[in-house]
Amino acid sequence: MTAAPTRLVRNREPGPQRFREMSAQVGWGIFTWVVGIAFFLPVLWMLLTAFKPESAAETWPPKFTFSPTLAEFRLVFAGLGPFLTHSVIATIGSTILVLLLGVPAAYALSVHPVKHWRDGLFFFISTKMLPIVAAIGPLYVIALKLHLLDSVWLLIILYTAMNLPLAIWMIRSFMLEVPKELLEAARLDGAGRIREITGVILPVVSPGLVSTALICVIFAWNELFLALNLTTVNAATMPMFLISSVPQEGLYIAHLSAAATVASVPVIAVGWIAQRSLVRGLSMGAIK
Amino acid sequence: MARVKYVSASRVYTKNAKPAVDALDLEIKDGEFMVLVGPSGSGKTTALRMLAGLEPLDGGSIEIGDRDVTWVPPKDRDIAMVFQNYALYPQKTVAENMGFALKMARVPRDERERRVKEAARLLDLDDELLGRKPKALSGGQRQRVAMGRAIVREPQVFLMDEPLSNLDAKLRVQTRSQIAELQRRLGITTVYVTHDQVEAMTMGHRVAVLAGGQLQQCDTPRQLYDNPVNQFVAGFIGSPAMNLQTVPLTEGGARLAGTIIPLPTAVRAAASHAGLSELVLGIRPEHLHLTDSTGELAGEVVLVEELGADALLHVRLTGGGDPIVARAEGRKPPAPGQEVRFHVQPDDVFGFHPMTGARLAG
Repeated sequence: MTAAPTRLVRNREPGPQRFREMSAQVGWGIFTWVVGIAFFLPVLWMLLTAFKPESAAETWPPKFTFSPTLAEFRLVFAGLGPFLTHSVIATIGSTILVLLLGVPAAYALSVHPVKHWRDGLFFFISTKMLPIVAAIGPLYVIALKLHLLDSVWLLIILYTAMNLPLAIWMIRSFMLEVPKELLEAARLDGAGRIREITGVILPVVSPGLVSTALICVIFAWNELFLALNLTTVNAATMPMFLISSVPQEGLYIAHLSAAATVASVPVIAVGWIAQRSLVRGLSMGAIK
Repeated sequence: MARVKYVSASRVYTKNAKPAVDALDLEIKDGEFMVLVGPSGSGKTTALRMLAGLEPLDGGSIEIGDRDVTWVPPKDRDIAMVFQNYALYPQKTVAENMGFALKMARVPRDERERRVKEAARLLDLDDELLGRKPKALSGGQRQRVAMGRAIVREPQVFLMDEPLSNLDAKLRVQTRSQIAELQRRLGITTVYVTHDQVEAMTMGHRVAVLAGGQLQQCDTPRQLYDNPVNQFVAGFIGSPAMNLQTVPLTEGGARLAGTIIPLPTAVRAAASHAGLSELVLGIRPEHLHLTDSTGELAGEVVLVEELGADALLHVRLTGGGDPIVARAEGRKPPAPGQEVRFHVQPDDVFGFHPMTGARLAG
């Protein structure tokens, strides 16, 4: 009631206060656009370059007028097959494993915390403190002895181990948000532990699970170091494919751009699809 | 249906701290509506949760019917609870919410549906609502679903933890009478926790007043009002609260703001027996009667609270001391600044021990 007349007066004669407010808004708007474009520009460049013929890709200053071609994409798709398959299997396999192991682990660290749950929680995150380079030697030897070198199974196991700590921390924080009364109501209603998880907790934290899974997918999909050192042909993944598209000599920028575009699309697509769930999951504490 | 019995039941949250519930002895009769009331931190909710099996006991025992349930898990106690925030499963429909306990108890589907329908009818929940998720319900509907979830179980005992506190004032009054009526019809023993003494007085067959983890008094609402056992109960039950002031004792009574208030003989005897020179005088606002110049208590009105049917007068007594509150007719209350006089019936005056707070009376 009181706000409307005030605004009316303001509209009639924009005072210095109003002017300052507006210019601040415009300033922030411009700043945001500049930052946004700065982040997006390399991606745009990659996308543009992917459609250029190799000869037009490396000119300086860069050309913005060229006849687009799908030649590089054709080349990329010709060699993509096995890499894509390995990546999909390693990513999906490890993500499923992470969720299967992470949910019970998070449950045991939040809803009905085990003794020394703090130590357990710290242990999980401490495994991320060691630089992975320090572990690659032993990992290589173990993989060799187990005859798992250059195998997708190895990647599934390693990616699971790599993502599990983060996933446990995330899922745990979502589970802590489940109202205590809901769990008590379930106990009174006669739900056992399994029912409590499947019937009460999981439906409530499902947006959180989606965002956790998505982050695991992204990390596994983009992982290069382990794949590079422990695989060659039979389990080489998409990031390896990007590296292999850099030839020893000759022009390769357009080809690399096309390969990079193809490698980015799945992650961006999954992120786009899961956007709503992701935001809901990551801001779960905010909603009642 | 069954009686419920707390036998010296205690709950201590942290070692060496004051118990949240301290050796509670309370018997709730079969089919009775018992209200546990008290300020926050009084242990009323803890006492209820102990009965539900959600809090373990640190001493004593709890019986439902003739069975000692102290160490029986919640689901096997044959109870149903209504939570303050309802605790409905957000991903389940209303019907699924209400039928969940039956599903867990492996009640066949058609039997389950029949009981859910019946409970819904009892609570005026439309069939159309049964398919909805809790999010799509109003606060009042959610409250009724929470009630329904308890009713379908046909338990021995209903436990209710401030089930009306999330409703708006009008709906609260309406639902209050509905719950009381429903309980009467079903005849199921009910333990109801509230901090609202009006709810306690209007709903309970008997009311147990708790403070600091200890049972102060358990009696009918009328008895609590007429015969509070101590200063706490006297001040807690009744709205507006009883006027309580520490005053010196004199020959014929007590001196309040320079005026001698005659005390009942029993109070005088108890006070002299205890060797007191002063006591806490208690007078309910509705027992201060506005009179003409013959009234013994004089003062000036400082504030008038209009309630419609009646008005509350905050009065500064001429002889000094804390202001007192009096209830007056709503039609023509005195205006602020006006001089007023009150008359008090000696029988309406309470006396309490200034140290222990215990009632001084025969």
